[in-house]
Amino acid sequence: MSVTFTEDKLKKAQEIILRYPEGRQKSALLPILHLAQEQFGWVSSDTMDYVAGLLSITPVEVYEVATFYTMFHLEPVGKHVIEYCRTGPCCAMGGEEVFSHLKTKLGIKANETTSDGLFTLKEVECLAACGWGPCFQIREKYFMHLTNQKVDDIIEELSK
Amino acid sequence: MANDIKILTEHINIPGIETFEVYRKAGGYNAVEKAIKKMSPDEIVEEVKKSGIRGRGGAGFPMGMKWSFLAKPEGVPRYLVCNADESEPGTFKDHYLMKNLPHLLIEGMIVSSFALGANKSFIYVRGELMYVVRILEKAIEEAKAAGFLGKNILGSGYDLELVVQPGGGAYICGEETALLESLEGKRGNPRNKPPFPAVKGLYQSPTVVNNVESIANTPWVINHGGEEYAKIGIGRSTGTKLISASGHIKNPGVYEITLGLPVDEFMNSDQYLGGIRDGHYLKAVVAGGSSVPILPANLFYKTANGEDRLMSYESLSDGGFPTGTMLGSGGFIAMDETTCIVRNTWNFSRFYHHESCGQCSPCREGTGWMEKVLHRIEHGHGTMSDIDLLVDVAKKIEGNTICPLGDAAAWPVASAIRHFRDEFEWHINHPNEATKPGAVYMGAEILA
Ligand SMILES: Cc1cc2nc3c(=O)[nH]c(=O)nc-3n(C[C@H](O)[C@H](O)[C@H](O)COP(=O)(O)O)c2cc1C
Ligand code: SF4
Ligand code: FES
Repeated sequence: MSVTFTEDKLKKAQEIILRYPEGRQKSALLPILHLAQEQFGWVSSDTMDYVAGLLSITPVEVYEVATFYTMFHLEPVGKHVIEYCRTGPCCAMGGEEVFSHLKTKLGIKANETTSDGLFTLKEVECLAACGWGPCFQIREKYFMHLTNQKVDDIIEELSK
Repeated sequence: MANDIKILTEHINIPGIETFEVYRKAGGYNAVEKAIKKMSPDEIVEEVKKSGIRGRGGAGFPMGMKWSFLAKPEGVPRYLVCNADESEPGTFKDHYLMKNLPHLLIEGMIVSSFALGANKSFIYVRGELMYVVRILEKAIEEAKAAGFLGKNILGSGYDLELVVQPGGGAYICGEETALLESLEGKRGNPRNKPPFPAVKGLYQSPTVVNNVESIANTPWVINHGGEEYAKIGIGRSTGTKLISASGHIKNPGVYEITLGLPVDEFMNSDQYLGGIRDGHYLKAVVAGGSSVPILPANLFYKTANGEDRLMSYESLSDGGFPTGTMLGSGGFIAMDETTCIVRNTWNFSRFYHHESCGQCSPCREGTGWMEKVLHRIEHGHGTMSDIDLLVDVAKKIEGNTICPLGDAAAWPVASAIRHFRDEFEWHINHPNEATKPGAVYMGAEILA
């Protein structure tokens, strides 16, 4: 399956490439992988090949980067990816209880997707919001000071 | 404390302060005017040196000294890179500063870039904070439209372009050479040093890497002078420090404190953390981000000599690792008596194992071992020899790796065993009790 950016995304990608000094266009790789994930939801090997073409670098250079960084989904994900923090400070703020409630509510474990394809749960490390924890992130939005009740409300809202 | 001065957060509660207009009205960008119109780059470096400010990213290296090491070969560009990766567990101050006061960082980036002779500077923000990337990009557009960025800033002939770069989710990219690799579009593998970034950094050119909070201090230093800055704080801990506070305290959040504030006042006064939540008492503190040694409550309040401990680089590290810790990034995690130290140590170990880049075997293998052994102690399958095994593995990692992540992984384990050995032993001797949900060893020496 061939992959292409929308006109908007392509324009954005070209702007990004121009930010770096001559011959350093490879620096655009992470921002452009984010752009690709925004459009396609995940980063497939076709996407990586496409990005390699845009930056005139080899596909391997893209694979090794996309697999190193944890934010890139290398497999299809649900409509909403809930990335919840499992690190110590959030646990001290009550994270373990809240996220076990979340898992029970969705009926899935970490790194699984609900059968209706609506939610994927991903365990992540500290999101730099510790004192405002427990927290999770859905796309670019942070949800903080989570409680079981708040989790229920958020899931209900997103299930509509 | 007499001088309760706010260098960074004075204006943080003014409505609309995230916009150029309001920030400018509050005196913002005056430092750029002063620096570019009235000062030479060397004079600015001199002021930063006089301020005595130490890097706020964790290592506490004097900022002016770092700047003066920057190599200046003819015809080679120089770079300033702001480290906004903020991924040390317990730390969320740069996040707070950037989302509320984006123009303060940008103002700092302009004066710092001018001082270092950089015409293109980067702010590397952890990718999870994409919404902050967008806030910064908007602020940059506003500053550009007002003539403070871009070509010929304020008619001075000085050009500067600021680029905000998102990371991709990797703690190791907070280490400065891994960050530079990442910024070049590669995996975040730390580089061997030397050469240091000051000689060969981004694109093999001389580069300064500084933390967000470090750079955000420079406008004040320019406006008021380095000597004034050095009057704030205590001894070699000059200025203020942002502390990110989390855990079992009444008022979690980010605080700007004057360095030298007594630990007791910070912990217990209502102006700051407000003490431990009602009905509980302090068991342990991690004072500077997950990688610094954990301290039991008694050693946290008082040094081994019985002196009151202060929030400063020197006082927190008093006694070295046997009885002290480090200020680090200011990621302050307070734990009450309901905290299981074994579980917490296992959690941090898993973090470091997960985040090890895998380049050097002591770190790659050692972090995996520590995680595995701690997991088995926590889950009721440990043996007494496991405790010494942990100490041994931690010792073998420490100092034997390319970058300090290895040390960062070893210290929490070594210090937890040093101060809470009886709790590890209790887990091993009572496998059935220890694994019950919420089971906690209560016998450690604890100060109410
Ligand atoms: C594993 C590791 C993670 C680090 N993470 C950060 C970070 O998130 N932010 C930061 O400013 N410095 C971090 N540092 C420290 C940087 O390497 C570097 O010392 C710092 O950015 C220099 O800036 P400063 O002198 O202004 O503190 C980290 C270091 C290590 C070894
Ligand atoms: S110490 Fe760990 S993180 Fe640092 S370079 Fe070695 S393997 Fe990578
Ligand atoms: S530990 Fe969860 S945000 Fe830091």
